[in-house]
Amino acid sequence: MGEKRATRHGFYDGLVALARDHEDVYAVDADLGSATGSSIFQKAFPERYIDVGIAEQNLVGISAGLARVGIVPFCSSMAVFVVGRGFEIIRNAVAYSRINVKIIGSHTGITAASDGGSHQAIADLAAMRALPNMVVLSPCDYNQAKKMASVMYSHEGPVYLRTSREPVENVTSEEDEITLGRAQKLRSGKDVCIIATGMMTVLAVRASQILESEGIDATIINIHTIKPLDTESIREEVIACNGRVVVCEEANMFGGLSEAVASSLVEENDIVFAQVAIEDRFGQSGATATILEEYGVTPEGIAQKARRVVHH
Amino acid sequence: MERVGALQEKARQIRIDTLDMILSSGSGHIGGSYSANDILVALYYDVMKISKDPADPDRDRFVLSKGHANPALYAILMDVGYVPKTAKNTLRQFGSPFQGHPDSAVCPGIDCTTGSLGQGITVGVGMALGLKKQHRSQRVFVVTGDGELNEGVCWEAFMAASNFELDNLTIIIDRNMIQLGNNTEKLMKLGDLRGKMESFGFMVDEIDGHDFNALLPALEKKTVGKPHCIIARTVKGKGVSYMENNVAWHGGVPKGDQIAQAYAELGGTYNG
Ligand SMILES: Cc1ncc(C[n+]2csc(CCOP(=O)(O)OP(=O)(O)O)c2C)c(N)n1
Ligand SMILES: [Mg+2]
Repeated sequence: MGEKRATRHGFYDGLVALARDHEDVYAVDADLGSATGSSIFQKAFPERYIDVGIAEQNLVGISAGLARVGIVPFCSSMAVFVVGRGFEIIRNAVAYSRINVKIIGSHTGITAASDGGSHQAIADLAAMRALPNMVVLSPCDYNQAKKMASVMYSHEGPVYLRTSREPVENVTSEEDEITLGRAQKLRSGKDVCIIATGMMTVLAVRASQILESEGIDATIINIHTIKPLDTESIREEVIACNGRVVVCEEANMFGGLSEAVASSLVEENDIVFAQVAIEDRFGQSGATATILEEYGVTPEGIAQKARRVVHH
Repeated sequence: MERVGALQEKARQIRIDTLDMILSSGSGHIGGSYSANDILVALYYDVMKISKDPADPDRDRFVLSKGHANPALYAILMDVGYVPKTAKNTLRQFGSPFQGHPDSAVCPGIDCTTGSLGQGITVGVGMALGLKKQHRSQRVFVVTGDGELNEGVCWEAFMAASNFELDNLTIIIDRNMIQLGNNTEKLMKLGDLRGKMESFGFMVDEIDGHDFNALLPALEKKTVGKPHCIIARTVKGKGVSYMENNVAWHGGVPKGDQIAQAYAELGGTYNG
């Protein structure tokens, strides 16, 4: 476990390592390198770093152009801005065109707390999931984020990666292998299957410790690939827990992981489903701990939902 | 002269309130607050028609398109009585009217929610167009950053402002030559900004954005048939020597000895 570190930094540490062996790897940012983490890459490879200024549409468009002439661009901004303002260019110049552009959205969820609701990305998962050809990744901790760079590079085509500002402890190890599109089991239980993504996986692991002390044995499934979703493993694990399932995501309740999991279970009988997500409202300013509490996005919040489905 | 002296005193007081607020919250953007400080003071304490009631539809409208400079604006909104002074220590805290970026839904006197750069300009153009369509006399003042002008939507809005002959609109560019990560001319050069604005159909004035003798006549000026742009040459972090023209103070918070030095240079006292 050790010290707490942020996925936004893990990813760029991984990208720097990847870029040593691959000259076509570039990073592109829109005057937010110190926030997204891409300044780590800038320091290592200044000649392969492009800052387009505060211009997220241009960020995506220029990246699509770079990709069309053989570069593999990893372009980044806060998720609100790159996914939001960049959306239609992502849709047409990248996803529709099947162009090999990698998009990194940082400061996702509500943990970019003090900046307030204007900066907290809660709809990025829904927006990126809705695009054909788009792969959607959401690493849970620093170690996993670090591996995402080569996973993204190996996949030819558009990818969206969601990172977080909040430092969290590692729940995966440097040795764990990850495979694009496969769910990752972190704990085997029998009473309830907790499925989580991003920082919520870390909170889910903490929740499983609370539940264990109460005699509830939880399975923890980490979803680092939200699209394509590993629906087969999800079905198996949920059924092994008597159909009891809690899905956790730091995103709005509509269009994200929860709905993706729910739709993969519609044909099963006797499913008892609960969701820990943002309940259809925007974020706001506050201390991170206060905001997480207010939105019910805590280990105790997850444990509560788990108790409810277990005692259903 | 008296008029200018009073504004200078207000400007000093607002800078101190801004520092108080940023220290109490532990985050916030001080450099851009200080470069825009004197423009905001000239507008709120002299040029704009404001009213006791923030909801008065007949008052002039103000859009802080560079929304991250909100601590200075919040200090003014308290001082003019739009927000109770008890809010002062709540910047960026849970439940506060003083969100990390201006939010018109929770803060009286904010005419446009901002924080996403470029949007205040396009909404401001819409406000000016709407007022004109309704034959109303209120003016719209928009303060934008210079880095903010990297956003394409700014130029779409400028084109529209001149197309619709918005002579009730004044765009004030806080030309401090610095954006988040670097000097503007090194990161994404704006070059001949005056020429660009003129070619987009604006009447352009270029002034010292910390000199009230220059700010007042420029802000009062009424154009006919075209929008007005003021390029206000400013200093990011103006008022505290170690912050001035230093890119590190876009979002920094003073610590240790820096705190006392900042208060001393601003002519105030530290009561923290
Ligand atoms: C659309 C958008 N992209 C990025 C940001 C992040 N951001 C906040 S302030 C800033 C720099 C702004 O520079 P400038 O407009 O020159 O402001 P000033 O120097 O007056 O502080 C950036 C990139 C944002 N708020 N909105
Ligand atoms: Mg600037």
